[in-house]
Amino acid sequence: MANKILKKSDSFYAVYDRKPGEDKMNTHYCPGCGHGNIHKYVAEAIDELGIQDRTIIVSPVGCSVFIYYYFDLGNIQVAHGRAPAVATALKRAHPHAIVISYQGDGDLAAIGGNNIIQAANRGEQITVVFVNNAIYGMTGGQVAPTTLVGMKSSTTPRGRAIENEGYPMKVSELIAALTAPVYVERTALWDTSSRNKAKRSIKKALKAQMEGKGFTFCEIMSPCPSGWKLTPAQSLEWMKENMGAYYKVGVLRDEIKTREPIIKEKKTVTSKEIQEVLGTDIKPSEHYPTNPEDRYKNPSMKFAGFGGQGVLSLGTMLANAAMEQGFNSSWIPSYGPEMRGGTAYCFVNISDKEIGSPTVSNPDLLVAFNRPSLEKFEGDVKPGGIIMYDSTIIDVQPTRDDVEILAVPATGIAESLGNIRCANTVMAGVYLAKTKIMAKEALIQTLPKAIKKKHLIDLNIHALEKGFEFIENN
Amino acid sequence: MAVLEEAKIVVEHDQCKGCTLCIIACPKDVIIQLSSFNTKGYHPVEYKGEGCTGCGICFYACPEPGAIIVYKKGAVVE
Repeated sequence: MANKILKKSDSFYAVYDRKPGEDKMNTHYCPGCGHGNIHKYVAEAIDELGIQDRTIIVSPVGCSVFIYYYFDLGNIQVAHGRAPAVATALKRAHPHAIVISYQGDGDLAAIGGNNIIQAANRGEQITVVFVNNAIYGMTGGQVAPTTLVGMKSSTTPRGRAIENEGYPMKVSELIAALTAPVYVERTALWDTSSRNKAKRSIKKALKAQMEGKGFTFCEIMSPCPSGWKLTPAQSLEWMKENMGAYYKVGVLRDEIKTREPIIKEKKTVTSKEIQEVLGTDIKPSEHYPTNPEDRYKNPSMKFAGFGGQGVLSLGTMLANAAMEQGFNSSWIPSYGPEMRGGTAYCFVNISDKEIGSPTVSNPDLLVAFNRPSLEKFEGDVKPGGIIMYDSTIIDVQPTRDDVEILAVPATGIAESLGNIRCANTVMAGVYLAKTKIMAKEALIQTLPKAIKKKHLIDLNIHALEKGFEFIENN
Repeated sequence: MAVLEEAKIVVEHDQCKGCTLCIIACPKDVIIQLSSFNTKGYHPVEYKGEGCTGCGICFYACPEPGAIIVYKKGAVVE
């Protein structure tokens, strides 16, 4: 007779083990804060709908940043205002998941203003729980887009003024002005009846998401006694009288019954399709078996230098060649705003297994093309890994004694071939010759696809061979 | 196992932050705030001991997930 007892929902952790400190039983919220109520309504709706094992809740930045302490669901905490974008990705990758973007008004209406509007406009099949307390709570009560006219905050000490801060933003009305959203309702927490509506609204939105109806948006006006400098009891009265006068509660859009559901299936992209998109497999590739030592297998790599040294292309070349050889591979770049001259690095994974994350914190291989890159990333290399550095350019030596170190005068070799810009291909040759993770021919095969200027292909093949010679002669 | 003949609430004192929203919400005025402190330094609330109808209003007014447990009439308890 579970319904005869009202207690903490199963969708909460019984003990908040993720919360630091001694107190594992209480939320971190101030007395009278509405987040706790809304958490309870979300958790209860999830329990009742039986979707705990397929719900993912996205924690925002704001007081509710620690949602993952409390909810026994899929959790992810994201950058400020970006919850709808991350929720979009989660839902698209896992259409069967129920995805909740839980956000406050600073996060959603200010920093993430464009994110929420674009997600709503695309009709992403997510549920947004928008907690509006008309202030930035976590950071100490600054003015938010939703702060009422005349309302004092730490950054509007004389009260919000229309001539300075404009009018409070009616977010639900903005969302409801778009065509795609299927359900938009504004509720509140100021009394029993309004709380019941808030609770129903959340459940209704989640149910609509389960049915594939589209974008659902629940705004809930919620008290912030600390930010408002009122007691919890006063907060309820203030909220009803002031917020309720400006932000009207009610349903702004409800087309759940009339909207045709769009049921999406989980889509996996085959490596064949990826190769077609990248143009790396226009003709079937030849496979060149190799047999590297175990310690060189399935490497995670980091290539670093300054922009223009071919750091990113080197990564692409190896990743593409690996893909053509039947490996899984990933490549992810990071670079400054400069096209040339800024710092640049990329991560590459090559594996005969599936690759989880494309980022690499501790590489098996670091290839450094300039001194700052060597000094910055040297310490990250796994013990037993390899550091290769361009000894033509770098006038210091790595300090590690627990890794293999290869000083390769790559730029010097490239210069002797007449073009310093093939130093990256020299490095590729050295690496393949050293580790034998792929045959020389595998890379040669992919060069015409990687190198746009056709007259440079022969030069790069030559550079590759020089890299192999370097290992043979040393 | 026992079947409750009367509804009641149980307050976990150390999870109560003394915000009193349950007291304001309770239609039967059967919740009071204690003058003693809990381990967190708040004055927790407590059920008067009679008059609860098990309506659950205090549960949904309370922001803390585990602070109040409501047992309706007929609830089966250990």
